[in-house]
Amino acid sequence: MEHSVMTRLGDGSLIRMTPSEIRADLEEATALGAKKAKTEPLAPEDLDQLLEIFASNAKFSAVDVGDELILSCDGSGNLDSGTRLDELYSYQSHRGADIIELYHIDYSYKAIKTILSFETQTMKSAQLNLVAPLQYGAMPDLGRYSQPDGPVPNWSELMPLGRIDEARAAQEEAMEHAVRDMVFVAEGMIEAGADGLDFDTAGAAGDADLLAALRAVEEIKSRHPDIGIELGMASEFVLGMHGQLEFHGRRLAGMWPRDLVKVAAEAGVTMFGPAVNVNTTKSVAWNVARALTIVKPCVAEAEIPVHMNVGMGVGGVPMTPYPPVDAVARVSRAMRQVGRLDGL
Amino acid sequence: MQMTRGMRLEQAKAHVAGRLGVSTADLSDPLIMHEVRREFGLGLIPVQELTYPSEPGAIEAKFHISEVFDVPINSVQKFTEHIAPRAAARSVGAGVVSPRPEVSA
Repeated sequence: MEHSVMTRLGDGSLIRMTPSEIRADLEEATALGAKKAKTEPLAPEDLDQLLEIFASNAKFSAVDVGDELILSCDGSGNLDSGTRLDELYSYQSHRGADIIELYHIDYSYKAIKTILSFETQTMKSAQLNLVAPLQYGAMPDLGRYSQPDGPVPNWSELMPLGRIDEARAAQEEAMEHAVRDMVFVAEGMIEAGADGLDFDTAGAAGDADLLAALRAVEEIKSRHPDIGIELGMASEFVLGMHGQLEFHGRRLAGMWPRDLVKVAAEAGVTMFGPAVNVNTTKSVAWNVARALTIVKPCVAEAEIPVHMNVGMGVGGVPMTPYPPVDAVARVSRAMRQVGRLDGL
Repeated sequence: MQMTRGMRLEQAKAHVAGRLGVSTADLSDPLIMHEVRREFGLGLIPVQELTYPSEPGAIEAKFHISEVFDVPINSVQKFTEHIAPRAAARSVGAGVVSPRPEVSA
């Protein structure tokens, strides 16, 4: 009888699987991922490596010595120990982060605009006290500009009524507000000494959300060419809430990481973060194989570093507030060893 | 190198290792890098009894990082912009700021 190993499902719960079952999961997931993202499945040798990583009872798993990658963070700290500066220092000196991020719990550029002087003062103090590169991060968060929270009509209410043109116009108007706010916050942060800006979960409200971020990035880089810009995706492809928006002649709706990394680089992004959703009912090995299938072509064709989103519920890491280290370690190793990611 | 230069991982490691005169594998070795960081003034991590008050730290170390790796660092540039006019004014004969005129009693 074939032995079994302890592994986990995408919701973090423990299960036991045999190596044959894990191999079957890997093959099924890469076939599904390739079909959905219209790309090639992982090569047999890639699946062999994944099987070696996942068919192990070791608590921890890691890349080879010398093959380490860069760890950037969308928000550094849990707001559970001292000040935000304390948390940044802890991430820099004790938790192995290479690029750290100052953030506010209301993680939205619209919200940050109202407390910018407070945030920039914290950035300035942090820059004087830290060595590691420190960026400021928040979400474009286009939905905040729709009624009742914002000034423009709510496109999510208009669309079910069939008022498509009005819904599109509302998103276009919201974009103008969002771009203005993101550039405003970026100017304040750059003046305070920030090394870069992070536009995290770009596209969460669809293609207009993403386009607002790309336009903001283009504007910021035209004024500050040496500033770092990290752009993180919200899901594995761009949702077409508007459907007709283009950046430099390329339609954004339905775009996968392989093409979006090129669009992002064209806008001025210096680090790109793809995100692939986790299926909580499938094994971590299944989720990693699917994520790698979608992201590997992006990494191969990118001209800028690719930092995969591997957090709770994305990139293969289980969807739980307390991701188990055995799963996180295996995902991280697979992303570098098989995916050749530049960072996480 | 990734953040502001947009370098891919291998390229970034090669650049940093080349500037420091070490191998790319050395970059993740804490013992080797402790000595290298000290040699180039890139900042050290205090660990209780091992503190380094006489070595560059924080913003001081970032001046060296910018110079050694030939990379612009925004906080260093801003620090320089903020401090330079006053520092220049303090130096004798700098001529940047006119001396305050004496006030007669």
